[in-house]
Amino acid sequence: MTSTGDSSESSSLPIGQPSLNKSLGRASLSASELISHILVRGAALLTIVTTLGILWVLVSEVGLFFSNIGVLDFLFGLEWSALIEPRKFGVIPLVTGTLMIGLGAAAFAVPIGAGCALFLSEYVRGRKKQILKSIVEVLAGIPSVVYGFFALSYVTPLLGKIFPEIQFFNALSAAIVVGMMVIPTIASMSQDAFEAVPRELRDAAYGLGARKYQVATTVVFPAALSGFIASVILAFARAIGETMAVTLAAGSTPNLTWNPLESVQTITAYIVQVSLGDTPSGTIEYSSIFAVGLVLFGMTLFMNLTAQLVVKRFHERYH
Amino acid sequence: MTLWQRIKSEIVRMGGLLTLLICFGFLLLLLVDVLGDGLPTLSWDFLVNFPSRFPAKAGIASAIAGTLWVMFFTAVFAVPLGVMSGIYLEEYASSNWFTNLIRVNIQNLAGIPAIIYGMLGLAVFVRWMDLGRSVLAGALTMALMILPTIIIATSEAIKAVPDSLRMAAYGVGASRVQVVWSHVIPQALPGMMTGVILALSRAIGEAAPLILVGALSFVAFMPSGPMDSFTVLAIQIFNWAGRPQDEFRMIAASGIILLLVITLGMNALAIYLRARSVKLS
Repeated sequence: MTSTGDSSESSSLPIGQPSLNKSLGRASLSASELISHILVRGAALLTIVTTLGILWVLVSEVGLFFSNIGVLDFLFGLEWSALIEPRKFGVIPLVTGTLMIGLGAAAFAVPIGAGCALFLSEYVRGRKKQILKSIVEVLAGIPSVVYGFFALSYVTPLLGKIFPEIQFFNALSAAIVVGMMVIPTIASMSQDAFEAVPRELRDAAYGLGARKYQVATTVVFPAALSGFIASVILAFARAIGETMAVTLAAGSTPNLTWNPLESVQTITAYIVQVSLGDTPSGTIEYSSIFAVGLVLFGMTLFMNLTAQLVVKRFHERYH
Repeated sequence: MTLWQRIKSEIVRMGGLLTLLICFGFLLLLLVDVLGDGLPTLSWDFLVNFPSRFPAKAGIASAIAGTLWVMFFTAVFAVPLGVMSGIYLEEYASSNWFTNLIRVNIQNLAGIPAIIYGMLGLAVFVRWMDLGRSVLAGALTMALMILPTIIIATSEAIKAVPDSLRMAAYGVGASRVQVVWSHVIPQALPGMMTGVILALSRAIGEAAPLILVGALSFVAFMPSGPMDSFTVLAIQIFNWAGRPQDEFRMIAASGIILLLVITLGMNALAIYLRARSVKLS
């Protein structure tokens, strides 16, 4: 992620913003200056309010749920049957379903995304590069529901020819289409990281007689490893939060299995199932969407923070 | 170069090219599949009819209207707020721990799944502010979801404006508001527009938050104001695609063609604007 790097570098300019702030001073603020300052500051503060709002909503709504279901029963229970008697609220099947599709999508997208990134940064130049990159990014511009449709109407029937025992709703086709969706996340972030590797490093390797493929695989890739890893973590976080495609493709059967040919239910698919049904609010079933939502929020927050940390801590500094 | 080195060199190059071709292959397959299923049932009647139990009579008019209503209000809320936040971060905020916290927080907000924003919208806009399952509640939810994208794009665009420009304006006595309005924003406009268009196109295709906020899947009337109930294209498509009958699958594909024309069209516009701004600078 080069953007984080940029922000710290721009302030080191001799005529950067901080000095501007000081030189203007409070005394020079006119009424319009003051109002605009308050407005833009308020807008920025809204982002903090949003985060607090999300936390507050999730935490306050799970009260009802956890006053009926034990936290340990929820976190370690192996059965999820929220809408059908006998009701069981063990979140593990939803978590394994979510992770299976996330891992499957990553297994699919990481080699392809890395290959695209390396090829675009090392082997193509100029206008051709811009065009090829734009086409890869179209994959990210296609709505999630379209990938769900594609999984049902094309990917699953195709997989059925290879694995005749495959279920109509299955984790594999969901993982494949979610993998397609997150390829651009890996490709474009990694490409930025590869291109940020300084020229001197490549020149030094060429000077020692290295070939282009050796420079790409033994100099550029290791030097940009932190950016690449961060892109993979972010892609994984996107994959487990993905909703419409997995709901359509993987179905809504809470299922403790690692068999990708079976139908599974992800956390997001369960939330959709409850929202579309006629479960009245104020019931345990209803409040359970906030409990699983909290789990999902925790997982993605952890991964986003890890990705930012990886970029910050392990970023090789060359200048 | 030894033979072995030559082989390895070709493997790396062809491997990279192959991954790129796989991406293009997917894209092509997806488009061919959707066009094959959806073109036969895409007609004028499909665009102007309401949804129906009978696939032959079903249309997407109320979803088009709902999408337009929701996106209009989403843009009204998200664009000014996002641009102002970006301006604050780049032009006003001093670099201290609090500004850093805001930046890290925005990065995180950009990574929070869409469906979590739906839960926020359900609790805050639908119930707490009592807006009900309305266009307005949906638009506010979508606005919060795309806000981080717009802020990040605005910041990047403003960061690219050279400092010499600001110095020159300050030097002839411009106030900060004048510098921002007459120099920074015009320069950063193409970059900001690119970000705004991409964010809005993401919102058009995203159905998950609106399912939580309570968009309906069967709307046989035109929403006529911000407090009406509604459905959007993505939810209507989701509803049809999930049904077992082939006829519904076909009209789902027809809806997808319309959705793709809109979202990919907006993406193309964004790419064009970005390419042009790169050329200008």
